[in-house]
Amino acid sequence: MSQIKYFTNGLFKENPTLVLVLGTCPTLAVTTSAINGIGMVAATTFVLVFSNLLIAALKNLIPNKVRIAAFIVIIATFVTIVDLVMKAFTPDLYATLGIFIPLIVVNCIILGRAEAFAQKSSIMPAILDGLGMGIGFTLAITLMGSIRELLGNGSIFDIKLLAEDANTILIFILPPGAFITYGYLIAMMNRMKKRYNI
Amino acid sequence: MEFVSIIILALLVNNVVLAQFLGICPFLGVSQKVSTSVGMGAAVVFVMALANLVTYLIQYYILVPLHIEFMQTITFIFIIAFLVQVVEIILKKAAPSLYMALGIYLPLITTNCAVLGIAILAVQKNYNLIESVVYASAIAAGFTLAMILMAGIREQMENTGYPSGMKGFPISLIIAGLLSLAFMGFAGLV
Repeated sequence: MSQIKYFTNGLFKENPTLVLVLGTCPTLAVTTSAINGIGMVAATTFVLVFSNLLIAALKNLIPNKVRIAAFIVIIATFVTIVDLVMKAFTPDLYATLGIFIPLIVVNCIILGRAEAFAQKSSIMPAILDGLGMGIGFTLAITLMGSIRELLGNGSIFDIKLLAEDANTILIFILPPGAFITYGYLIAMMNRMKKRYNI
Repeated sequence: MEFVSIIILALLVNNVVLAQFLGICPFLGVSQKVSTSVGMGAAVVFVMALANLVTYLIQYYILVPLHIEFMQTITFIFIIAFLVQVVEIILKKAAPSLYMALGIYLPLITTNCAVLGIAILAVQKNYNLIESVVYASAIAAGFTLAMILMAGIREQMENTGYPSGMKGFPISLIIAGLLSLAFMGFAGLV
């Protein structure tokens, strides 16, 4: 049970998106609707868990001097797997996410966790950490996608919540809305952290 | 005419940071001062143009003939990391003054997702060698432009009062949002 803290760490206290502010590019790009982000986080979580697992397993074999290069090979391998699988089985989603699937390689969350956590831990905590970080990323992206979709389109997960002819703020599903929503979310997170002393 | 439209599209209409969301990390991290933004921008222009040149050659003379296009991601990220190292070593020897100016920004470029992203996009768009390099240079110039604008605003912001909870990332993101709003005015230019 004591290992559960590795998992919950990424959910709130060290949420990769809202507290550590890592992996900003996909966060801004794929959150035009709540459902859009899900494919992205599923891919990222898969890569995160398996690269953490492999790096933790190989930590004694990888020489310290070339560790970054070795981590990148491991991460890039899993990204290639995801890329090919998504291209074959979910071509529509693959087309929507486009360039951001191969770019998971340079997502700083993954390399950051490899460097800061997986290379020093044993296998089980590394998997839990990867899962926790992945789910923290999921929560943040889904929250942001829901806010943007609600304000910009009047719906959440494609379910219309406002009347058909209601005026929505279109700007929120366009690029500027991404920056502004993200800015306010981080500000709120800072405020909550201060208030509840987490 | 084709080059002009590629340049205007890449520089203003589809600005890499403000419309395509690539390279956000250095954009937020290094844009505190105008002078550092210029240094970072120059380093990015240099590496991006070079990276697109080399990745083009690798793609069409190694990956495609051998039918191993699926190795694209792994190969490209390695080429970029390698290039950054080589550029750093050569500059140190050949142009020490330039190295002093760009030196600290060079290692940061490996983690700039715009470099890998643009190399892959140029392949997807079927650009030829010259178009690819022109495209990369224009994209990098757009990155520099956005960074300098951002740094200028942030320098002014230091003397302005705003809620303390907005310090750091939140206020930077909101400034970026307003800049992005301004850049939307360029849509339909080409």
